[in-house]
Amino acid sequence: MSAGDVAVRIRGVGHQFGEAGEARYVRALADTTLDVARGELLCLIGPSGCGKSTLLNIVGGLMAPTSGSVEVAGRPLRGPLPREISFVFQENALFPWNTVMENVRLGMLFQGVAKSEHAARAKKSLEAVGLADFADHYPGQLSGGMRQRAALARALSLETDILLMDEPFGALDEQTRMILGEDLSELLARTEKTIVFVTHSLGEAVFLADRVAVFSARPGTIKKIIRVDEPHPRKPGFATSEKFTALRNELYALLHDEIRKAVSQAAQARDGGAA
Amino acid sequence: MASRRDRAQRLASRAVQIGSLLVLFALWYLATNFWGVNHLLLPNPVSVWRQLLDVLKSGAYLPDLRVTATEFAAAFALASLSGTVTGYVVSRSRYWIRVFEPLFAGIFSIPIILFLPLYVLFFGLGLESKIALGTTISFFPIVLATIAGFSNVDAMLVTAARSMGASNYQLFRYVLLPGALPVIVGGLRIGFTIALLSILGSETIASLAGLGHHIVELAEDMEMSRMFAYITFVVVMVALLNGIVSHLEARGRRRG
Repeated sequence: MSAGDVAVRIRGVGHQFGEAGEARYVRALADTTLDVARGELLCLIGPSGCGKSTLLNIVGGLMAPTSGSVEVAGRPLRGPLPREISFVFQENALFPWNTVMENVRLGMLFQGVAKSEHAARAKKSLEAVGLADFADHYPGQLSGGMRQRAALARALSLETDILLMDEPFGALDEQTRMILGEDLSELLARTEKTIVFVTHSLGEAVFLADRVAVFSARPGTIKKIIRVDEPHPRKPGFATSEKFTALRNELYALLHDEIRKAVSQAAQARDGGAA
Repeated sequence: MASRRDRAQRLASRAVQIGSLLVLFALWYLATNFWGVNHLLLPNPVSVWRQLLDVLKSGAYLPDLRVTATEFAAAFALASLSGTVTGYVVSRSRYWIRVFEPLFAGIFSIPIILFLPLYVLFFGLGLESKIALGTTISFFPIVLATIAGFSNVDAMLVTAARSMGASNYQLFRYVLLPGALPVIVGGLRIGFTIALLSILGSETIASLAGLGHHIVELAEDMEMSRMFAYITFVVVMVALLNGIVSHLEARGRRRG
């Protein structure tokens, strides 16, 4: 990959919470190196607590890593870059006291988009996620899936090159996830954004990603990267193809041992805490 | 939508409430007119009504109302301002919350009215001591609610706003304030009620003027009917004031 094709360059990034010896000390992420190519959809998958969300927050400039460095568009990262990077969080990141439309407009106000552009951009992004008719609803009046669509619309209206999604469909039921996944693939094929997507779901990772980075148990680092060669937008038929099944099985095999490790870690931590 | 049964039930409970009041009034009337209860203990409702009309028509209540209203307005304004500002400042640091929240909660749990003699000593018998006491007493629920309101705004929303580039002012105006406001309004509501209570109460104990002062004066002069008229007047005023505040609160909540 030449320098111009790299959207995010992650070099030896590690992160720990607290200091060694403290009760809250956790080494979440170990020495991770990774390039995110411009325009690709990269999924991060791994056992709970492997540091994949931590890495996403570091890439988004919301957290400073305890070691290593991150470059975005060739420049070292020092804090949030609202003009280059937008986020979709797991849930409840919409302001509950504002309507869907107000939420989208607030994002643009925060980012510094000229007022004259707000209406057109908001309309466009709400239409893109199929929520144009719900602009005046409050988040509390929407289903979980619609709330995440609204959060996506807010992120899209910011027109950033990079979109970071932290288990955006994590709290939704299987069927809603499936539909949102299809819609997302459709939408992203058009926008040509660089996307880093954290997920727990093997199927979601294979269905959406150009590449899937599989994390090891804590302290997490990338164990293997799997490429999914299938053009976007992906059709529902892809999810039942042999290729899909083979990739999903490969991911499962890679993750299985790590998830076992993570579970026994959690059990040890609990026993240690009780002792 | 309210079903017919809900409505019937609400109507029934309202009828019982009004009925109880009417029974109370009837008993009052009977006790004073036919059962020979001493009028110095319990004046006749009819003469209380006449006195009330006289008080209202003559405007005799005005000077005392002015004093009490001034004391209350000053105390509530001072407590609201100092309580919300202090609460916001404290809520900005976990350490300060850990230090000050239990301190304020502890002071709030003691009956500050006991310090009235000290307040009179420091500030005299006039308006100042009532304002100072009312401010002190209503400061605590307001500051506690403000701390709770600001410190419990969902951290996710703050992170989301920061990630979109919100400035400190925007974070306050569009995230922290709307998130904290319902809790702060609850604290203001409590502060409102206890400021009024403590001011009227302290007027009855040590004062030179005010509605509370006048009521005690009438009691000492054994003008029971007129005293009851004044009590009725204050009760109605306070009920009106509470109604207005509730209305404003509900309107704010609908909009927020």
